[in-house]
Amino acid sequence: MKNLKMKKEFKVIADLLPNNTRVLDVGCGDGSLMDLLHKKKNIEVRGLELDQSNVQQCIHKGLPVIQGNAETELHQFPNQSFDYVILSQTLQAFYNPEKVLRELLRIGKSVIISIPNFGYWKVRTKLLFFGEMPVTKTLPNTWYNTPNLHMCTIKDLFNFCDEKNINIKKVIGVNEDQTSLIKKNNLEIKNLFSKLGIFLIG
Amino acid sequence: MNSKLEDIKKIKVTNPLKLDCGKTINNFPLAYETYGKLSKSKDNAILVFHALTGDQFISETNPITNKEGWWTTAVGPGKALDTDKYFVICANVIGGCMGSLGPKDINPETKQPYGLDFPVITIRDMVRAQESLLDHLGIKKLLCATGGSMGGMQLLQFCSTFPDKAFSAIPIACSSSHSAQNIALNELARQAIMADPVWDKGKYVLKNVQPKNGLAVARMVGHISYLSEKGMQEKFGRKLQEKADYEFSFNADFQVESYLRHQGYAFVERFDANSVLYITRAMDYFDLSKQFKGGLVEAFKGQKTKFLIISFSSDWLYTTKENKDIVIALNASGADVSYSEIITDKGHDSFLLDVPDFLKTLKSFIDSMYEKFKNEKRI
Repeated sequence: MKNLKMKKEFKVIADLLPNNTRVLDVGCGDGSLMDLLHKKKNIEVRGLELDQSNVQQCIHKGLPVIQGNAETELHQFPNQSFDYVILSQTLQAFYNPEKVLRELLRIGKSVIISIPNFGYWKVRTKLLFFGEMPVTKTLPNTWYNTPNLHMCTIKDLFNFCDEKNINIKKVIGVNEDQTSLIKKNNLEIKNLFSKLGIFLIG
Repeated sequence: MNSKLEDIKKIKVTNPLKLDCGKTINNFPLAYETYGKLSKSKDNAILVFHALTGDQFISETNPITNKEGWWTTAVGPGKALDTDKYFVICANVIGGCMGSLGPKDINPETKQPYGLDFPVITIRDMVRAQESLLDHLGIKKLLCATGGSMGGMQLLQFCSTFPDKAFSAIPIACSSSHSAQNIALNELARQAIMADPVWDKGKYVLKNVQPKNGLAVARMVGHISYLSEKGMQEKFGRKLQEKADYEFSFNADFQVESYLRHQGYAFVERFDANSVLYITRAMDYFDLSKQFKGGLVEAFKGQKTKFLIISFSSDWLYTTKENKDIVIALNASGADVSYSEIITDKGHDSFLLDVPDFLKTLKSFIDSMYEKFKNEKRI
């Protein structure tokens, strides 16, 4: 699910994190982000990952990782046991994203969530002009094999946090190599031109 | 067999060891074996804890049984515990029968074999006895300690009792406390031994005989629990043992029967029945959280050791759930812990077999820990 070309995302996330903190990467994949955070910022990292071969790659890199399902196994982490919890491009794949989000906020003092933006203009035009479910670089799967059950836009998640009284500290839009700060006053336009949204909440 | 037992490596533990049962043992033998070479900086030592019916001969040929060491899949040149690179140590547990003090040894008070006069030992007693060996070898801190099944239980105890002795630890397919099912299976094994008239309340040792039938049944119980239902079905199914049809008798018609009989009676040649009683008892008494008022989290408080817990999907003896409970406790105590569930049909036995995903994970972890340990020592 994680797109290699979106390495910019990792840089943005790394910039959001202070040095020497304790971070849990939920759905840490092969450990690329954990490796970056550990080496560049001396961050104490932990990962949670479902896929066995990804788990093996993390272990090979000397990164602590727990094999498990974020949907059902976040309960094992104590309250506020991490400074930051990261969830990269996975929120939309859970059966119950709200429950997962609440768990992340329980475990971490702050939470960083990135989402592929379904409001990006290319996604909108695919549906509008072709009448087909959009397949893009950020959303490479077709409707019948996508793991994404709950696609949303940057605006959707923004409004969701508002409705649920979740404190938004910062939102960053990513489009290729460009990043921009998203606020209430530029939400409509950024929701159209960002491929990815990165939320710092908690 | 006994003459050969004289030749194996042993230390005499001279410090008195006060056992959990209240009795004290002193000047007792602890048998061990090592593989590979200890580096000058003593940073490449790996301690292996063996399981119920294991011994110190983990690799190459066991000099007593002339069979392959029990963990040759994982230990040897180029393997996960690479003996070209690491110094691998394993000691026979006290209560065992491969050279360390056990119930068939002579009781200095009576000048007769102990039999049931041998004190009831615990997993903690086993571990505390083995710590003396590290002093003897001059190892202050192990690169890694590992063990499967009862070996994993010893390892959890070791890390809890001696939190500074291991840089990393890999408990495999184990539990922090023996479940009702495991106690029941152990009781079945003990009852089989004790029901054999030859056993004679453990006094068979005086007559130089062995309750073979009871001990073989005890081993058969074990072997069933080490396999998975699917693994057993695939391996044996309803296949007949070298015959075209049923014999209409109670001979071993089915391959699975023949397998169990073979395993049972082969075991009798190398293991002491009273040792099975004592070691299974130690396993049943094991409950790490009971030793700490605050439970399991408390047992791991302040751990600096880096853990990797491994479980096997088809293991119904030490389930994934039980292994995950250890992970949860380690997480809650703030320890550095990794966890992997290896998908396999081979049941509890997986840790002894050629299961590539398991062996690869083991190797990756140990190699990466070695780099970290060397760096830490340099600083």
